[in-house]
Amino acid sequence: MAELSFREAIAAGIAQEMERDPMVYFIGEDVGAAGGVFKATVGLFERFGPDRVRDTPISEQAIIGAAMGAAMTGLRPIAEIMFSDFLATCWDMIANQVAKTRYMTDGQVSIPLVIRTANGGGTRFGAQHSQSLENWAMAVPGLKVVAPSTPADAKGLLAAAIRDPDPVIFFEQKSLYGVKGEVPDGEHVERLGEAKVRRDGKDCTILALAAMVPKAMQAAEQLAADGIQATVVDVRSLVPLDTRTILREVVKTGRLFTVEENPRLCGWGAELASIVADECFDDLDGPIVRITTPHVPLPAADVLEDAAMPSVERITQTVRGSMR
Amino acid sequence: MSTRVEKPPAAEIDRPTRLRLYQLMVELRDFEQRAYELFLENLVRGTSHLALGQEAISAGYAVAMRADDYTFCTYRGHGHTLARGASMAAAMAELLGRGNGMLHGKGGSMHLTDVRHGAMGSYAIVGAHLPIAAGAAWSAQVRKSGQVAVCFFGDGTTNIGAFHEALNLAVIWKLPVVFVCENNQYMEYTPIRSVTAVEHPAADRASAYGLEPILVDGNDADVMYERARQTIDTARNGGGPSLVEALTYRHGGHSRADPAKYRPDAEVREWLSRDPVTRYRERLLAAGIGEAEVNEIETRAQQKVDAATEEARNGAPATVDAIERQVWSDGGAAWRN
Repeated sequence: MAELSFREAIAAGIAQEMERDPMVYFIGEDVGAAGGVFKATVGLFERFGPDRVRDTPISEQAIIGAAMGAAMTGLRPIAEIMFSDFLATCWDMIANQVAKTRYMTDGQVSIPLVIRTANGGGTRFGAQHSQSLENWAMAVPGLKVVAPSTPADAKGLLAAAIRDPDPVIFFEQKSLYGVKGEVPDGEHVERLGEAKVRRDGKDCTILALAAMVPKAMQAAEQLAADGIQATVVDVRSLVPLDTRTILREVVKTGRLFTVEENPRLCGWGAELASIVADECFDDLDGPIVRITTPHVPLPAADVLEDAAMPSVERITQTVRGSMR
Repeated sequence: MSTRVEKPPAAEIDRPTRLRLYQLMVELRDFEQRAYELFLENLVRGTSHLALGQEAISAGYAVAMRADDYTFCTYRGHGHTLARGASMAAAMAELLGRGNGMLHGKGGSMHLTDVRHGAMGSYAIVGAHLPIAAGAAWSAQVRKSGQVAVCFFGDGTTNIGAFHEALNLAVIWKLPVVFVCENNQYMEYTPIRSVTAVEHPAADRASAYGLEPILVDGNDADVMYERARQTIDTARNGGGPSLVEALTYRHGGHSRADPAKYRPDAEVREWLSRDPVTRYRERLLAAGIGEAEVNEIETRAQQKVDAATEEARNGAPATVDAIERQVWSDGGAAWRN
């Protein structure tokens, strides 16, 4: 085991797959010699050269379109969209072209493509560089949606995404880039579509994703001091969704809380609440409670942003209040 | 800008190639006319965008392409797809929503695709396929396969961002791609000139990307074939992309729902007099090809369209098992366990 930062684990995951498969190419803005604006791809340009690690112009439609055309014809491209907010500038490519072309042609083409993107708040960048947009991707049939919470998963899930034969939107929470953690040595590949129980408790189940996982874990520690034992499930992959693990963990405790960085409406937790209500209503001992950012664009100032996003305190208070 | 329409090439095109060009144009013409008749019978339920009048562009390029080259086209893509050798019956059946359709009913008229023949898709969001074609060319470049991507699009596409993003990328990466603007003078209902800063929407913008302005008569199959050969050769030999503007005219409206009354009668008459199919027929006869041989091509095309129509009409409706098929590479649509 080596201790890597989340950003180092991203670069390690890409390097592992580029080493393994000569058809893996990586393109994006400032990803080459600059190593990415978040320094998550440092060293790749030097190691694999300018043909396989290519800088692009600021042309998100061209980045995704080119990656799609290449994926249809034999490459396994990784395309970086610098901030997930910029997905809006190439959403036609993603939602209409990448996601639907296999289906519309009844399987004539495969699109083994990974779109990596820095996602989420906590960095005081304001409303156009801070959104948590997993639910945009989750709403479009034909896209797989992954959001790791640890360096080990950053590497292992990214490797799995690159090997996956279908398009994957890979959300990297920017507030996690500096977080360090143990990453297995040697080849490390996780499986898409498996949630992970991070903490086991008998009283309630908290589902969290990406940067909300460490917050939920801290909240669970505080709740334990109050005598509330919380299970924390790291959802990890929204599509495919590991409902088996999630439902099992909800049935075990009878209470469900979701912690979502996204604004309130149509967050991923709403879909999970619906599934749980449909399929294990009788096992619930209380209401399903979603903890989200209010339904507002994320404000920039530190005090405002911190107050808007789910915090350890808000999670703790909400769970405690609801469990009383 | 003073971009000029090129004169027909002086070079002689050999007789088999000319007969092939004519055969393809007649087949595409007959297919589209039959598709229109089937609309009138209410057998085609969705929309459809016919390329009647634009056959010389499809034929000229298709004949010049190598079998493994890539075609990317728009929702007005029946002709480009068929020109690569895709099954006419499967295309017709797709228009009719039949299970024996090219896409088993899942794509429809606007998305005809036959990857086995290099027809990499018909894209129905204006501009989207230009970057995708560039990507296929990038793939060909790094795989050193020698393949070329040819991307057809309408005049209206020149005002959307993806056009400019794709051209810039193709030039800086020197990609083996040919962009062919089929300037049929109208977006949907609005004349392209009335909403565009330059007279020739593609050719006048070529210089912005360091490309030669190429403006050709898109209703002349010889011109199109020669230009196709030249631009494809350039791309295949490492010379990078080209941007071609082919002037043409659609004989009908934008789509099935459009009677095209917004076009002045004199303009329509003028363009109909330059019909690429009848014009090429006259040229073949003038070149000494016998009328019997030309008639034979026409008869066979009719027979081919008749047979395709019958096969399509005899197909069973698309089956509902297709609905949850092929979202993913495992063939299914599961999003949870």
